[in-house]
Amino acid sequence: MIALSDYLILGAILFSLSIAGIFINRKNLIVLMMCVELMLLAVNMNFIAFSHFLGDTTGQVFVFFIMTVAAAEAAIGLAILVVLFRSRRSINVEDLDSLKG
Amino acid sequence: MHFDSSILIPVLPEIFVLTLACIVLVVDLFLKDEQRIITYGITQIGLIFAAVITLAVVQPDAQIVFDGSYVRDAMSDVLKVAIYLVSFVAFLYAKDYLKDRGLFKGEFYTLGLFAVLGMSIMVSANSFLVIYLGLELLALSLYALVAFNRDSKQGAEAAMKYFILGALASGMLLYGISMIYGATGTIRFDELSTALASPDLNNMVLVFGLVFVVVGLAFKFGAVPFHMWVPDVYHGAPTAVTLFIGSATKIAAFALAVRILKDGLGELLMPGGWEGWQGMLILLAILSMGVGNLIAIAQTNIKRMLAYSTISHVGFILLGILAGTQEGYTAAMFYTLVYAIMSLGGFGMVIAMSRKGFEAESLDDYKGLSHRSPWFAAMMLLLMFSMAGVPPTVGFFAKLFVLDAVVSVDLTWVALVGVFFSIIGAFYYIRIIKLMYFDKPLDDSPLTAGMDTRIVLSLNGLSVLALGMFPAGLLSICTAAFAG
Repeated sequence: MIALSDYLILGAILFSLSIAGIFINRKNLIVLMMCVELMLLAVNMNFIAFSHFLGDTTGQVFVFFIMTVAAAEAAIGLAILVVLFRSRRSINVEDLDSLKG
Repeated sequence: MHFDSSILIPVLPEIFVLTLACIVLVVDLFLKDEQRIITYGITQIGLIFAAVITLAVVQPDAQIVFDGSYVRDAMSDVLKVAIYLVSFVAFLYAKDYLKDRGLFKGEFYTLGLFAVLGMSIMVSANSFLVIYLGLELLALSLYALVAFNRDSKQGAEAAMKYFILGALASGMLLYGISMIYGATGTIRFDELSTALASPDLNNMVLVFGLVFVVVGLAFKFGAVPFHMWVPDVYHGAPTAVTLFIGSATKIAAFALAVRILKDGLGELLMPGGWEGWQGMLILLAILSMGVGNLIAIAQTNIKRMLAYSTISHVGFILLGILAGTQEGYTAAMFYTLVYAIMSLGGFGMVIAMSRKGFEAESLDDYKGLSHRSPWFAAMMLLLMFSMAGVPPTVGFFAKLFVLDAVVSVDLTWVALVGVFFSIIGAFYYIRIIKLMYFDKPLDDSPLTAGMDTRIVLSLNGLSVLALGMFPAGLLSICTAAFAG
């Protein structure tokens, strides 16, 4: 039998991986976006686990909304990526340095 | 199952703004470039109507509709009207700026209206799901708006940074929400506060969730140490968009914080300790006021300087919220509304100074403004005095009420830190006044702003003075929003 805490630990590992990915990755913006998606999926894992063990469907409904928003977010993110690539011919994270101070 | 259509009445403002955004989207398709002013007109008239509708559906009692996910109360009425009017002024200032740069397109108004809709939903949310959806509607519109000038390298970079950090913040907030849901079994704010009052809760999970929620909020507010995106976004975005982000969204961020922390997690305030949200907010507020004011001194770009000044003002808003009393919330709301007005004026001046091919972003561009336009130099003087908190402008009273609220919950040392940092902050506001009045102008060309911008900007500047002379009206509105 898999306990609630196992699911939560899996969720926490996925979440930590995505955060680490966002901060460590200095090469590619696409990987950054994958990390953002992974983070939302970790949250979904939590919601589903809680929803199952509480016997309450609210959490599952929440997950549907998160997935929808994640899709919209990915669309906007990729659109910005295209604009960025057009203007600077690079999607390297280290090249994003014209704004500082 | 029977659908009672009377539950739609409290939601009328949102329904109206949604319809308006769709109408603007469709009408704009049939317009030629030189007719774009019609899109602008529909948007502006619509925003005024939205404010009128909000006032028309006011009821003395709070109404909770849609199975408890949506609430209309005194606070939501005031904040919605404020958001509509602030957006109206922001769009008005933005018009000439957009025209001069070939950005006067229908998409600006569609995205702007969807952002306004997202803000209204946040203001009226009564569950974590609704507040999240409102927040994302706002955030997604803003990402697109920041990248609105497609040919600008800085705009694209700012949008990318905003997107990544905004998505990170949403993820943190959601992770916290999932923990709180797990600990209490509900996402509705009213049920949540009842559930939290019972002693047999899993406190570890709850505190874990609270930390993530507060971190998410701090990201959205732009409080130190989660402020990295603020200066870059303010700097890189077109000034018209910066103006919108700097003014209207701060009202929504305030609503977000009050809905989650006061309505939902009010039981976790834990005054006097570090484990509740009061302790976390004290930390955020002090860091924001300190870092914001100190780094602002080193800026040479006025948009970046105002961004750091925003961060320090956010610290003051958090001071009011962390008091956790009715007086504190009232003071924070007063501060937020006043800040929205001041920031409209500040960025409005940056827009009024700029012209085609010239952005007026450097502090040096403000040298000798009093020779070029004594009247607008005076307006800028009022706005800067107000931001610094010099009486008799309204910024002084905003700071006074917040500090008073903090002192009355026995956190005098926090109030002292606030005063200390606002004295440091006064330096860079007064430096602008020195540049305007005591330095030689770099170019003598007159200001080219249109008549509508001039009139509204003058009213904007004078309102800071008028509200400072008679703060009682606005204060009583804010008090009524949190009474009962």
